[in-house]
Amino acid sequence: MDPLEAIVAQIQGLSSSSSDIARLHTILKQSDDSLRSDSNRLSPILSLIDPSIHSLGFLYILDAFTAPSSSNQPQAEEVVPIITRFISACSVEQIRLAPEKFVSVCKRLKDQVMLLEAPLRGVAPLLTALRKLQVSSEHLTPLHAEFLLLCLSAKCYKTGLSILDDDVFEVDHPRDLYLYCYYGGMICIGQKRFQKALDLLHNVVTAPMTMMNAIIIEAYKKYILVSLIRHGQFSTSLPKYCSQLAQRNLKVFCQSPYMEIAHAYSTGKVADLEAFLNAHADKFESENNLGLAKQVVSSMYKRNIQRLTQTYLTLSLEDIANTVHLNSAKEAEMHVLQMIQDGDIYATINQKDGMVRFLEDPEQYKTCEMIEHIDSSIQRIMALSRKLTKSDEQIACDQLYLSKVGRERQRYDFDDYDVPQKFNI
Amino acid sequence: MDGDDDTSGTMIDEIYANGGEESDQRSRRAIMSGDQLDVEAYAALYSGRTKIMRLLFIASKSKIPTVQLDTLRMAYDEIKKGENTQLFREVVQKINGRLGPNYEMDLSWCEGVDRKAEQKKERLENELNAYRTNLIKESIRMGYNDFGDFYYSHGQLGDAFKSYVRTRDYCTTSKHIVHMCLSTILVSIEMGQFSHVSSYVSKAEQGTDALDPIIISKLRCAAGLANLEAKKYKLAARKFLETGPELSSHYNDVIASQDVATYGGLCALATFDRAELKSKVIDNSNFRNFLELVPEVRELINDFYSSHYASCLEYLGNLKANLSLDIHLHDHVETLYDLIRHKALIQYTHPFVSVDLNMMANAFKTTVVGLEKELEALITDNQIQARIDSHNKILYARHADQRNATFQRVLETGREFDRDVRSMLLRSNLIKHDYNFRASRKL
Repeated sequence: MDPLEAIVAQIQGLSSSSSDIARLHTILKQSDDSLRSDSNRLSPILSLIDPSIHSLGFLYILDAFTAPSSSNQPQAEEVVPIITRFISACSVEQIRLAPEKFVSVCKRLKDQVMLLEAPLRGVAPLLTALRKLQVSSEHLTPLHAEFLLLCLSAKCYKTGLSILDDDVFEVDHPRDLYLYCYYGGMICIGQKRFQKALDLLHNVVTAPMTMMNAIIIEAYKKYILVSLIRHGQFSTSLPKYCSQLAQRNLKVFCQSPYMEIAHAYSTGKVADLEAFLNAHADKFESENNLGLAKQVVSSMYKRNIQRLTQTYLTLSLEDIANTVHLNSAKEAEMHVLQMIQDGDIYATINQKDGMVRFLEDPEQYKTCEMIEHIDSSIQRIMALSRKLTKSDEQIACDQLYLSKVGRERQRYDFDDYDVPQKFNI
Repeated sequence: MDGDDDTSGTMIDEIYANGGEESDQRSRRAIMSGDQLDVEAYAALYSGRTKIMRLLFIASKSKIPTVQLDTLRMAYDEIKKGENTQLFREVVQKINGRLGPNYEMDLSWCEGVDRKAEQKKERLENELNAYRTNLIKESIRMGYNDFGDFYYSHGQLGDAFKSYVRTRDYCTTSKHIVHMCLSTILVSIEMGQFSHVSSYVSKAEQGTDALDPIIISKLRCAAGLANLEAKKYKLAARKFLETGPELSSHYNDVIASQDVATYGGLCALATFDRAELKSKVIDNSNFRNFLELVPEVRELINDFYSSHYASCLEYLGNLKANLSLDIHLHDHVETLYDLIRHKALIQYTHPFVSVDLNMMANAFKTTVVGLEKELEALITDNQIQARIDSHNKILYARHADQRNATFQRVLETGREFDRDVRSMLLRSNLIKHDYNFRASRKL
């Protein structure tokens, strides 16, 4: 009997109980190489197997079928529907037995849709795949980053946001996290959720690492700009818990023009900032940060207007235009109007005499919604600190950790003991 | 002061009208005192090197040619009494023949002084060597002290300092130590090394024996100067205020009593609150003696305290030109003036719920627009809790809503905590992962 047919028979025969599937898994592992060598004959077999019942077998054959090393590369148009169908039909228990295979198949789907220049076609299947693969919502799969990249390419930021709201704690590979946070940050920037973007980019910048990488540098550049937009300032010192490597190198890599734009911003002069931006537009453009840099400038107008609300009760549009260096009262009105709409300031414009009346924040913290909001915050924080305690306990009991701590102390003592001997020599 | 008596009943009128008649009358007096600096009288207050240095400083800062030449002439005369040929050459170069043949380069004098100095130095060296071989502590101390004096009079301040410091090892009584400290302080002040000044002041004050009141006053002045230079104006004010009237003209090789009044008064004005100003400056009988010497400063402090800001600021304005010619104060005049003006503005607005800007501008002798800008800066700095109604030109005090602010802060803190803990957990997981990864590779 042809080995291929034998495998198909095995797949069809061994898909009912979990022990059968485990056996099938070992058989499939052994025959993986032979499947790959026969990849050009696999296409008809795929139609013979039902992906929902024989998910594991289907996965192995699909992986071999789409492998890039195979002699005749299957057409993208042919592959995409097969993988899409498989992802929606496959059984969760079976694919989790071979996560690497599943991830590699999904990555191929991403490559193919990018090749077809239709990233939108990959968004929904990847989201399904990601949900099927992850054990809990705290688990970061390698598919997260791929999914976000597709969302970015397809410009469907809202879909991307849906997974960014999950808190991620479990990470398989640091690189997945860097990319996840970096792409996630970009999606949040696209949705103008700057605080969330800042948090995500912050995670990249402060992540423990032993080697510099391009992701962290790019993330830091965006972090500088977003920090200026969100907070109107940028502190050049990184937090203590940041890795030594990042503390030493990031500033050097991002000196021009990013650290410089932060410096230009701190002077508080719009004209200077604009001149700086114009002078360095090429550089920002080449690193795809020009749009963000432009938002930095407009955020400065906003911030200056916001500052006026702290000092003035009423101020004419003319004066606003003068103090924040806008060209005309009309332009000032537009800015103020936009800010009132966005909820950045509370004010009323009197068009008759061109006066703006700044009001206090109407929030009185008395409504039911506010109480509920506060209550939910408290619950969240309590849950979080429980988790923190648990994690602390876990680490304190971790065998590796304890043995390392124990070893270091011993060595330290040994060194102490060693000092006088050195002097004797 | 005449303003004090008639304020009782008409206080409120005064606040609004303090740009009026009364201050007109005063301002006339003020302008007189703001006249061009009388260099002769000024120089007469000082002796020794500081006189020369102050004159030269005025010559370098003053824009008026006659003042420049006057000061240079007096400096020339003064230097000729001493032995500092280096300084002499510099001054002659600065005069550059503008004062006629009497103030040309006097080479024979220079050579004579230099030769004598050479001989004296040799003699001192011989003496010192002799003392050292005999190991008589007191004589060695004297020898170094003489050396210090010698270097000081010849303008070699660094060497003078070193010699004075060296006497320290041979001091046997606390009196000697105080003497050493005073000498080093003198040299350090001229070198501009004010960190040395404060350390030697504290060293002198550590002495167990009760010190002479004059010496205490001297030390207070020196400490005041050191704090002033370090921009610690409040401490400087305290030190100057503690200076006793015994000082009179005993320390005029460093500071005149008039200076104590001016420095102390301005620093106090810039940094003290109202209660302190009253108790420590105005009611301070010691310091009143000093203030009597500089009536302008006394007047302006009283004006400030009784809220006559316009006249107070006018006095300040008149004094400014002369103060910026002062060797110690010139760097700090701007800062102190700004501080005083800000304090005046803050104090003015403090008691009111709403203030009419027109009235306030009148009281401060400025325009409404200018005042608005100043207030804006102060509000942004959170020094005044108020908001400006630019339409009606009224300043309203702002009462922060504690409850809302607390809610806001609590929510913000919660968000921050949430964020920090989450990223911390993530980082710890990454580290754990990394460690496990490495451990598994090692196996």
